[in-house]
Amino acid sequence: MSILVSSSTRVITQGITGSAGSFHTDQSLLYGAQFVGGVTPKKGGTTWKGEKSGKELPVFNTVAEAVKATGANASMIFVPPVGAADAIMEAADAGIELIVAITEGIPVLDMARAKRFLQTKPKSRLVGPNCPGVITPGQCKIGIMPGHIHKPCGPGEKGVGVISRSGTLTYEAVFQLTALGLPQSTCVGIGGDPVIGTSQIDLLEMFEKDDGTSAILMIGEIGGTAEEAAAEYAAKNCKKPLAAFIAGQTAPPGRRMGHAGAIVSGGSGKAEDKIAALEKAGFVVAPTPADLGWAVQTAIAKKAKK
Amino acid sequence: MKVHEYQAKELLKAAGANVPDHIVCKTPDEVAAAFDQLSKGGGVMVKAQIHAGGRGAGQLAGYGEKLGGVKFCTSKEKAKAVAELMLKYPLKTLQTGPNGQPIRTLIVQADAEPAKEFYVAVVFDRAIGQPLLMASAAGGMDIEKVAHDTPELILKVPFAPETGLLPFQARRLAYELGFTGDQVGKAEKIMLALSKVYLAKDATLAEVNPLAVTKAGDVVVLDAKFDFDDNALFRHPDVAALRDESEENPAEVRAGKANLNFIQLDGTIGCLVNGAGLAMATMDIINYHGKAHGVGPANFLDVGGGVTPAGAIEAFRIILSDPKVRGILVNVFGGIASCATIAEALVKAGKEVGFKVPVVVRLEGNQVDKANEILKAAAGELPTLKVASDLTSAAKLVVELSK
Repeated sequence: MSILVSSSTRVITQGITGSAGSFHTDQSLLYGAQFVGGVTPKKGGTTWKGEKSGKELPVFNTVAEAVKATGANASMIFVPPVGAADAIMEAADAGIELIVAITEGIPVLDMARAKRFLQTKPKSRLVGPNCPGVITPGQCKIGIMPGHIHKPCGPGEKGVGVISRSGTLTYEAVFQLTALGLPQSTCVGIGGDPVIGTSQIDLLEMFEKDDGTSAILMIGEIGGTAEEAAAEYAAKNCKKPLAAFIAGQTAPPGRRMGHAGAIVSGGSGKAEDKIAALEKAGFVVAPTPADLGWAVQTAIAKKAKK
Repeated sequence: MKVHEYQAKELLKAAGANVPDHIVCKTPDEVAAAFDQLSKGGGVMVKAQIHAGGRGAGQLAGYGEKLGGVKFCTSKEKAKAVAELMLKYPLKTLQTGPNGQPIRTLIVQADAEPAKEFYVAVVFDRAIGQPLLMASAAGGMDIEKVAHDTPELILKVPFAPETGLLPFQARRLAYELGFTGDQVGKAEKIMLALSKVYLAKDATLAEVNPLAVTKAGDVVVLDAKFDFDDNALFRHPDVAALRDESEENPAEVRAGKANLNFIQLDGTIGCLVNGAGLAMATMDIINYHGKAHGVGPANFLDVGGGVTPAGAIEAFRIILSDPKVRGILVNVFGGIASCATIAEALVKAGKEVGFKVPVVVRLEGNQVDKANEILKAAAGELPTLKVASDLTSAAKLVVELSK
């Protein structure tokens, strides 16, 4: 079991003919994900071919056409920032259930408007933007993460669910889990922007319910108060072992640390407040990024003792 | 992207807000001439234009007497003398570094002595994903302190980005803040202008502090501070043109031009990392192992997804241009890109730039063994380059080598 994506997920790429969209569609196909088409306005009717996989996919002008022709239920978005919010809304309007927006640099107010539009489309779920994507190891990869560092769950085996606001830091976490022999059920990059679709709380709820998930690792960073809200939720609702890490303990206030959402402002969004809230809620918090795997192991051992 | 007070006020004025007249000046003579135009038999305010806040309570660094960045002047001679001092000495405030910030621009503002001060601002509320208007009758003070000590004194009105702040919302807020008579309409107009500029120009902060009722009974924008969404500048060339690079850290401006995400800090260990989250976490682990020895990170640097020789060369040059730097930690997770390619880029950069301080490299991911061989093979030419097998030993080693 897993959450969000599995081997039956049928994916299209919005922005498939761009260099990043094309490269990562090819990489996802090589990983074994089921991609069924792509969308690039004005290039409908052409055929896309993966450079390494050699696979061919039909290109459509609109998401609605692509859904009708391929039965796609998920989309990976590589549309540049200027049109990305529009692409997200187009996917939702066409009935796509899982929209994974990789694009970095979308204006905040565009996302605020897109998010309000999504409230009118309750069947669609957005992950991201500004995220590495979603992977269920061994089954489906929608995004830019390196597939080979992940460890799929064996038959009947349970894995660690990973929630993260970051990219390479997530790979670091997955790499450490795999090195310790801990498989992953699903890894979700929720994005580093101030306005994102799926929240930490949404995923805690899904992972807690998922039979294939044995423990949860949440990687946060400075900015906003989503980790505090997630800690409060987890304290009441999660029984599985919980581990966490917060990046940015040494970040100066008032500065945006790379991610648009990583900023301590008006005394809110500090790492120390988040770490305190998570520890209070029972998370094992890794003291450094080298201890991410250790934190999960410790959380599992702690639960087993009880 | 931040702008100056006068630029924020001009945007608000164009959107219908009542702003006291001002003249932008670069020299003491221009200030003297502006005095004649704006004093109307009384005095004028001379205000230093720097991006940092706390100007009024600040102090000209190196000047013997008490003088900050805001001064009321009752004569032309006095205004000119104040301007000469402000343009000579840097201004140190709680938000500048210890050396202060040089003042290059002044405004001369018509007298608008406040009888009562309010705070109004449009900010983005991340928890609800919408902008909101924040207001308080406790204006002119440190709003963060008001929010912390007496949150009940801050009123909040969220509004939809499609409609903007609605007139009734602004009006109701004006009454709740205690405005009366025809001042209600004037305050409403300023709040609507804030919302209008915020949405039309993709601001991330649009603040008027203070919004003042003057002794003459007028309602005016006495000071304003705007911050704009860098990701939306592509559609606002008029806003992008307001950027004043001289207010920014030169190393950060240089990095920006090379598409590197760089922030200067005050420690001694430079870092070069791929990815913003990992870059922050790398700063944290340096601090974790170094703080007992007084060692911390000298910068935040995210070189982005791929590490190219050109990008690495510029990154090392920028890090090494900081004389405080006594060691560098390179922490790169090679995902889809091969670590070997990254190692080659680092070696090429090292030969080009010359590593005068210890450089500890920790690579992980795809083809890491081959990458470490490439690095070790370059040891003859790059004697300060050290290869670490994992992140903890890398952080400990760079701290040890630069203590």
